[in-house]
Amino acid sequence: MSSTTPQASTTIPARRSFLSGFGKFTLSATAIALLAGRDRLALIGSAEAKAAGNDVAILNAALAAEQEAIAAYQVGASSGLLQKPVLDLAVQFQGHHKEHATALATTVKKLGGTPVAAKTKYTFPVEKLKTQADVLGFAAELERGAVSAYLGAIPILDDRELAKVAASILGDEAMHWAVLRQALGQPPVPSAFVS
Amino acid sequence: MKLPFTLFLGLTLGASLCQAADGDAGKGAQIYQRCLACHSLEHNRSGPRHCGLFGRPAATLPDFTYSQALKSAGLTWDAATLDRFLENPLKAVPGTRMAYAGVKNAQERADLIAYLKQATHDPDKCPPGSSR
Repeated sequence: MSSTTPQASTTIPARRSFLSGFGKFTLSATAIALLAGRDRLALIGSAEAKAAGNDVAILNAALAAEQEAIAAYQVGASSGLLQKPVLDLAVQFQGHHKEHATALATTVKKLGGTPVAAKTKYTFPVEKLKTQADVLGFAAELERGAVSAYLGAIPILDDRELAKVAASILGDEAMHWAVLRQALGQPPVPSAFVS
Repeated sequence: MKLPFTLFLGLTLGASLCQAADGDAGKGAQIYQRCLACHSLEHNRSGPRHCGLFGRPAATLPDFTYSQALKSAGLTWDAATLDRFLENPLKAVPGTRMAYAGVKNAQERADLIAYLKQATHDPDKCPPGSSR
């Protein structure tokens, strides 16, 4: 992956203590509880139903991206290229994406929609993943993209409670991105604003 | 001779539109990072791949499942259609699965389109077979 740096593989051991601090927290069930509060039965009238349909489409798009992220982390974790504690970190981040996916799918159902199914096969640039740094760089690209995807979804969600939870997921993805950048030896927070 | 205000305004606006149309592919590469949760150049993700994008009728990659809305949109991807779509996908094609508010800044769209044009014609980024 062109986004990785040659120094990354050598800087990771020095960051072991930094990374080992992670993995001790998990996202609570708050997001799921919040999302679960959006019940189709509470909707009244066609305008609300239309809004719910719009939100279902947005949540399904997010769900599809989360499912792909889960698969991508699986490729990374199974590659044999990740060493502890980086491997633990990848597994933990994959767990977060699984929580996001569960929450999103639950909400789509509660809004009367059908959650998009995970693909049976994903295509990743595995031929370009030759080192730990390559894997981390690929994961960082996905997390960076996820931040932007949620940034682009939040303004168009009709239900502001759903937007709040989407923002909560965005925060999590942004932390993933920052930690991965740190592990790659890059400035973890590259700018004051993200778009 | 006194320049009529409307002509002046037209020339000014025209100049700024031309400026926006001249995208910077380098800056566009940075903007493209926003797309990477759902797209890549070479491979389908939750969104379709971009290799072969220019000149391709919308929703015609054989190995990707599109929304009915995009299939029915009658679009062929070029700088103009991309500019309109990227500004507000859900307004340009109501019902598209691209649930994204859009790239609102015209210069950023121009940069992004310039990058897409350059990258999708780069055989290293889009090897044979990735464009169909």
